[in-house]
Amino acid sequence: MSDVQPLVSIRDVHKSFAGNHVLKGITLEVMPKQVVAIIGASGGGKSTLLRCATLLDRFDAGSLRYGDLVVAEDKDGTAVYGGKDVLKEARLRFGLVFQNYNLFPHYSVMKNIMDAPINVQKRPRAEVEEQARGLLARMGLEGNENKVPCELSGGQQQRVSIARALCMNPEILYFDEPTSALDPELTQEVLKVIRNLAEQHMTMVIVTHEMAFARDVADHIGFIDGGVIVEQGTPDQVINNPQHNRTKAFLNRYED
Amino acid sequence: MMSLLGSGLILTLQIFVVTLIGSLPLGVIIALCRMSSFKPLAWITRAYISFMRGTPLMLQLMALMFGPYYLLGLELGSDWKFWACDIGFILNYAAYFAEIYRSGIQSIPRGQYEAAEVLGYSRSQTFMKIVLPQVIKRILPAMGNEVITLVKDTSLAFVLGVMEMFTQAKAIAASQVSMLPYIIAAAIYWGFTMVVEFLLSRAEKKLDYYHD
Ligand SMILES: Nc1ncnc2c1ncn2[C@@H]1O[C@H](COP(=O)(O)OP(=O)(O)OP(=O)(O)O)[C@@H](O)[C@H]1O
Ligand SMILES: [Mg+2]
Repeated sequence: MSDVQPLVSIRDVHKSFAGNHVLKGITLEVMPKQVVAIIGASGGGKSTLLRCATLLDRFDAGSLRYGDLVVAEDKDGTAVYGGKDVLKEARLRFGLVFQNYNLFPHYSVMKNIMDAPINVQKRPRAEVEEQARGLLARMGLEGNENKVPCELSGGQQQRVSIARALCMNPEILYFDEPTSALDPELTQEVLKVIRNLAEQHMTMVIVTHEMAFARDVADHIGFIDGGVIVEQGTPDQVINNPQHNRTKAFLNRYED
Repeated sequence: MMSLLGSGLILTLQIFVVTLIGSLPLGVIIALCRMSSFKPLAWITRAYISFMRGTPLMLQLMALMFGPYYLLGLELGSDWKFWACDIGFILNYAAYFAEIYRSGIQSIPRGQYEAAEVLGYSRSQTFMKIVLPQVIKRILPAMGNEVITLVKDTSLAFVLGVMEMFTQAKAIAASQVSMLPYIIAAAIYWGFTMVVEFLLSRAEKKLDYYHD
């Protein structure tokens, strides 16, 4: 058990924006096959954490590792990042699903999914195409191969963006509020796809405001507030028996 | 008369084509300098664009034509007017194109860059494959306006004595005391812009397969 190492290890990270201290010492480790949900009120730093973990932004202090790959190391309170090669290598290990999909509007569904595996990973087209078709089937999107994103509903676009991320064969997949831009029915079809991935033991970190979903799908839940993880544990611990007042107050607002 | 107008038209087309070949790529470079994070470069480029758009093209052409002699005492020969004409048009139009490119590039949402970055695209791949195709679609109408303006602006070369179509029409009209050369020249300019408009609308249709 103890020789299994985390796929990602984020240790004591800090981040400020022009004096606004947003992340104040967060530590998060994700083991293979684990599904971690991150919940918390607006402005708590959830997106910032994900953006830094996916290298869209940088931690000021703390360390970041993907498996044995050291992406950033803390040296006297400053996060020192590895060179270009290290960052490039790290980017191959994770995928990110955005709240507003960010599909490439000028590419067809298939090209959205296949372009990076072919042109970034330099994999053979035939192999990528086969995988892309399989992913579309899993996402319930057969028949949409040649459409462009603007011809799809938001829920369909989000499922394409999940397929796009999966076609890179990431070890870990991050989601930042994948359903916040969607109507309730469309939300369900996307959540169903993510549930399906969890059943197949895809390692995932999901920032979400869908409490019922988080409770069902996650092995581990972290409640972030004011730049720290206030409380974490199993869904039963955090959602059904929260210990901290801030967690209780937050969850109360989500009770129907 | 027609042969004179025809030789004028050839020069007009030459100015038109040379200006586009020079200013379309130069505009990209100017736009990138204008957006550079190296501030002095951005400021100089900004001043350049402002000057080029804020003073008459005719005056710029004259300055290029006579500046070398008045300022530096250089005798550049009778061919210099063609150079002055091409350089003047290229420098001027590149400034306009640069502003169009810049607004196009800046209108691409951050999310497009971020999605590309997470997928591992290099910076040049991101620009060439993701950003540029979307920019082209967005700026096509504005570029079309400039190109049509250029068709007519070529007539400004008359101030340099470059015998393009308008200069020829003027000369013939004066010698024959007739409106006809002007009417024919107008018809040719109009036909020319209609060809440009047709090509542009074809391109716009071709890019109409998506919207965002
Ligand atoms: N690029 C930025 N520049 C300046 N401040 C920022 C930036 N990004 C985030 N912040 C600030 O950091 C804080 C945390 O923002 P963040 O987006 O991480 O919160 P969040 O937990 O994801 O909230 P939400 O639930 O609304 O998505 C906020 O106060 C926000 O204003
Ligand atoms: Mg957020």
